Amino acid sequence: MRIDKDLVAASASPLVLAILCEGETYGYALLQRVREVSGGDMEWADGMLYPLLHRLERQRWVTADWRTPPGGRRRKYYAITPEGRAALAEQRRQWGAVVRALEGVWPSLPSAALPAPGGA
Amino acid sequence: MDVLEQRLAEWRTHVGRSPAVAGVDVEELESHLRDQVEDLRRVGLDDDEAFLVAVRRLGAVDGLSAEYAREHGDRLWKQLVLAPPAEDRRSRGRLRQALLLAVGAGLAVQVPRLLGAGVERPADLGLLVLLVLPFLVVLVGTRAGAALGPRGWLVAAVPFVVGAVAVLAPPWAEGSSTEVLVVLHLPVLLWAAVGHAHAGGRWRSHEARMDVVRFTGEWVVYYALVALGGGVVVGLTVLLLQPAGEPVLEQVLLWLVPSGAAGAVVVAAWLVEAKQQVVENMAPVLTAVFTPLVALVLAASAVVYATTGLAADFDRDLLLGFDLLLLVVLGLVLYALSAQEPTRRPGVMDRVQLVAVVSALVLDALVLASLLGRLGELGPTPNRVAALGLNAVLLVDLVVAAVLAVRFLAGRAGADRPARWQTAYLPVLVVWAAVVVVVLPPVFAFR
Repeated sequence: MRIDKDLVAASASPLVLAILCEGETYGYALLQRVREVSGGDMEWADGMLYPLLHRLERQRWVTADWRTPPGGRRRKYYAITPEGRAALAEQRRQWGAVVRALEGVWPSLPSAALPAPGGA
Repeated sequence: MDVLEQRLAEWRTHVGRSPAVAGVDVEELESHLRDQVEDLRRVGLDDDEAFLVAVRRLGAVDGLSAEYAREHGDRLWKQLVLAPPAEDRRSRGRLRQALLLAVGAGLAVQVPRLLGAGVERPADLGLLVLLVLPFLVVLVGTRAGAALGPRGWLVAAVPFVVGAVAVLAPPWAEGSSTEVLVVLHLPVLLWAAVGHAHAGGRWRSHEARMDVVRFTGEWVVYYALVALGGGVVVGLTVLLLQPAGEPVLEQVLLWLVPSGAAGAVVVAAWLVEAKQQVVENMAPVLTAVFTPLVALVLAASAVVYATTGLAADFDRDLLLGFDLLLLVVLGLVLYALSAQEPTRRPGVMDRVQLVAVVSALVLDALVLASLLGRLGELGPTPNRVAALGLNAVLLVDLVVAAVLAVRFLAGRAGADRPARWQTAYLPVLVVWAAVVVVVLPPVFAFR
């Protein structure tokens, strides 16, 4: 299943922030984690992650640091800030509200709009 | 060099060409690319294949730079990504337009003299400014990035109409000080029209206003350069024409100096547009040189006046000097802010700038206190009210700028907060100028 790109764009920032809550990381590893948690459903052009990270940095939700781990290559590591955690909590509340609203109307749909058994 | 390194080098040049993607961004993307290539090689692809797949996954370069452009609009005021590079034909057409407008401005400035009006009173100078700046508005309003609509042009015309009425209609008394004040504040009001045209009417946007600040700063730099050249030309002309006799020389200079000064207003704006990359590199250098100097001068005068006090020999000339100094500080701060990355970390220059702002604040507070004292003692005059208003407006600006700078240095505010405050405050300066131009003279019966 391919997820619509507007939906991907809307969920990108909470997804990235949530992954950063697990600990600081760099762009490539972050994308691997996105693939892992979405089961490959969310298709990102890899490069788009970085402007997003830079926006989060400007909003002071994440901090960035160039570091060279022992035996590794120089990479830019991103970590979430307290403001970022607060923003994530807020976004989580909003997404919760959206999901609840959708779940409130799904049962009233005619059966044609229901997913076919076994997936599309 | 092995194939992969060669491909990566080509890719770096290609991506780095976009002004929206800075050097460190390319490095970050390259690091990503290398990680991806390593993983792909581990599953059996060769260098070439792995590189191709990795680049493909990164996304098309156009889309990528557009995405960077959206986030890093500040790097982009060259508009090379959003508007495709200007073709030769267009830029040549633009040059012709600029030259025509410059000639127009040069002729317009001669009209009052040719009609027999002298240029002796302050209001005559105001009229000249009113005649020249429309040409500048037309030039910046028709540039590719602005695309001012019909409504936008009407709005841009408003300050000129208001200014013309305010300068020409009143029955100015001989030696009127409100007349001088109107002429001094008129350019600020009219520059708002220039800024409006430059922003294509989108003056509510912080980025568009910041572009206007950049434009203004660079325009000043170019105008100063053109004026220097103009001075040399005038000097040479005087030398050459001296033997031809005084009347000939006078006629030539009557045309050369005002028309040259007026035409340069348009030419400087065209230079900003056409040679943006040249001065773009000068802005950080200029502010780096002048901010410490001004900080030093300000700190020294703040210390001197804070210990000796202002009250004794505080006269109008000194006040004018103070206000000019404060405006220069404000201009420097703005110009420095316009050249800074919104995500940078605090550095030495930020401390120097803070010293300048705090010293300016001390001076401004002293001036204000002294002005208030005189106002209470001797009653209001147009000059005192105008100075009081300007200093109060500057005081608010400087207080907030200082607080934000301290917060930024302490790591509690983003680097873009001071810049956002300054662009948000610009309309207040314009409004105050408008008050002085429109309200003050009738209140003081045009004295």
